[in-house]
Amino acid sequence: MEIIGERINGMFKDIREAIIAQDKKPIQDWAIKQTENGATWLDINTGASAVDQMATMLWLINTVQEVVDTPLSIDSTNYDIIEEGLKLCKRPALINSCHADRYKIERVFPMAVKYNAKVIGLAMSEESGIPKNAENRVLLAAELVAAADEFGLPLEDLYIDPLILPINVAQDHAIEAMETLRQIKFLSDPAPKTVVGLSNVSQRCANRKLINRTMITMLMACGLDAAIADANDDELMDAAATARVIMNKEIYCDSYADLFKANKYK
Amino acid sequence: MPIQVLKDRNSSKVAVVTLGATKEQGGTRSKTITVGGTSCLPFLHFEGETPNRPVIAMEVVDRVPTEWNEELKKSIGTSINSPVEWAKKCVDEWGADFIFLKLQSADPEMGNRSIEECVETVREVLKAVEVPLAVVGCGIDEVDNKLMAAVAENFAGENLLLGLAASANYNTIVAACMVHKHTVIAQSPLDINICKQLNILITEMGLPLNKIIIDPSIGGLGYGIEYAYSIQERERIGALQGDKMLALPILGIIGFEAWKAKEANVSETEFPGWGDQAERGILWEAMTASALLQAGIDILVMRHPEAVKLVKKNIDELMVVNNI
Repeated sequence: MEIIGERINGMFKDIREAIIAQDKKPIQDWAIKQTENGATWLDINTGASAVDQMATMLWLINTVQEVVDTPLSIDSTNYDIIEEGLKLCKRPALINSCHADRYKIERVFPMAVKYNAKVIGLAMSEESGIPKNAENRVLLAAELVAAADEFGLPLEDLYIDPLILPINVAQDHAIEAMETLRQIKFLSDPAPKTVVGLSNVSQRCANRKLINRTMITMLMACGLDAAIADANDDELMDAAATARVIMNKEIYCDSYADLFKANKYK
Repeated sequence: MPIQVLKDRNSSKVAVVTLGATKEQGGTRSKTITVGGTSCLPFLHFEGETPNRPVIAMEVVDRVPTEWNEELKKSIGTSINSPVEWAKKCVDEWGADFIFLKLQSADPEMGNRSIEECVETVREVLKAVEVPLAVVGCGIDEVDNKLMAAVAENFAGENLLLGLAASANYNTIVAACMVHKHTVIAQSPLDINICKQLNILITEMGLPLNKIIIDPSIGGLGYGIEYAYSIQERERIGALQGDKMLALPILGIIGFEAWKAKEANVSETEFPGWGDQAERGILWEAMTASALLQAGIDILVMRHPEAVKLVKKNIDELMVVNNI
């Protein structure tokens, strides 16, 4: 289970303030804290308010790479920013993200191959938005898989996101996302990987952490390989570690939960 | 009709562990032994690499093992009276890759020799042979903790394979290995969960994974070998799937377990249908070893020279690359 630490994002107040003040410390603290608690990737997102998005992204990447060698997930809707970011990354990075629209795929997949990066592919497009049911999400996932084949992106480097919505406004979506995860694993051999933006499920809910950690274990049982999540939520990390043991992905030992946090992607 | 062979791809491999140290490396051995590094299930050469073949360590005891089977003792000959001569024969005549020296006489009831005397034995054996050495104590924790610490200190830098570390008693020997640059045998009682946990505890002390050999324990043929087989197989599958805390070379004390079996020991007079005991005992040890080779064992600790010869031949055959 790969945890993509979500905390270096300009949407968080402390990160936004650090960006404005060009103060490296809060950024680097989070890079270290997330890495030490088992994050296998660190997501880097400038947030919408940064004035110069390109400069901010590059500054964040450099700032983080000064203190950790954890691979980065470059999170932007602007592909030129992603491309400049990829050039700076010391280790193969993750592109977050690419919709299933043809013109976006044509821009992103060759770029991923060029920079040896992995790609989060979203099971949604401009035309269809977020499909209501699993069937239409799987259709879009299949287009991403076909495109990976076409552009020479290894399937294990494609992370498909079935998309999950807040449980308080779209309660009927979670079960469709789960079904999508199951079916994605049958699309190809080897199967593509899967990912979700976990915290989205609990937006504006009370008991956010409870919802997040319940959700991650349910999704893992359906074939989830990675989650953009709060790597410093110990109970979430422990739940994910336990799910791995229950699913026989990891041989049990008394320290399995500690091992999950220490056994980060290197 | 063409047949498509389905091949498994593994994401990980077993750690590489080197035993012994040459002069340049701080020891006195003329050569070292490297085990591990396998990236496939045993001998499936078409699915991955097996860079290092399984090796055989022959067991040498620092007292005359009077309790051993007569035929087994006969096979060692008069050198059974001297660990130095015994070790030499293992290497020069019987093809042992290295020596597994058991300091049994430290046991108050088996000789009660002092730590100094035991250390001297290790020194003489090291002088007599050029291969790496494994050294284990007598099995009594209080005695072994002092004994192995002394052995570790006296031969610092030799990269001996020292044992045994177990869940209930690992601190002293692991610390000694760290300080004096040796490798440790981590023994667990046929329990994969404890095997993994012990490796975590040892690495938490600061000894790196490539300084650990695991002994998950075995049962001899007819005496629980299937449990040993299952555990080794599971350990190896876990290792290949990326479980680093289990991705370590495996050692099994074959001779000891095989020669405990009634079938290896009783005479033909007693069981006429079982055939010649001398031959039967050899086969019992060789079969125990060969079965575990198929489970993924890396280091076989054996006793009978003829059994060693048979198993070496078996390893030669298994190491032939079977590309399909």
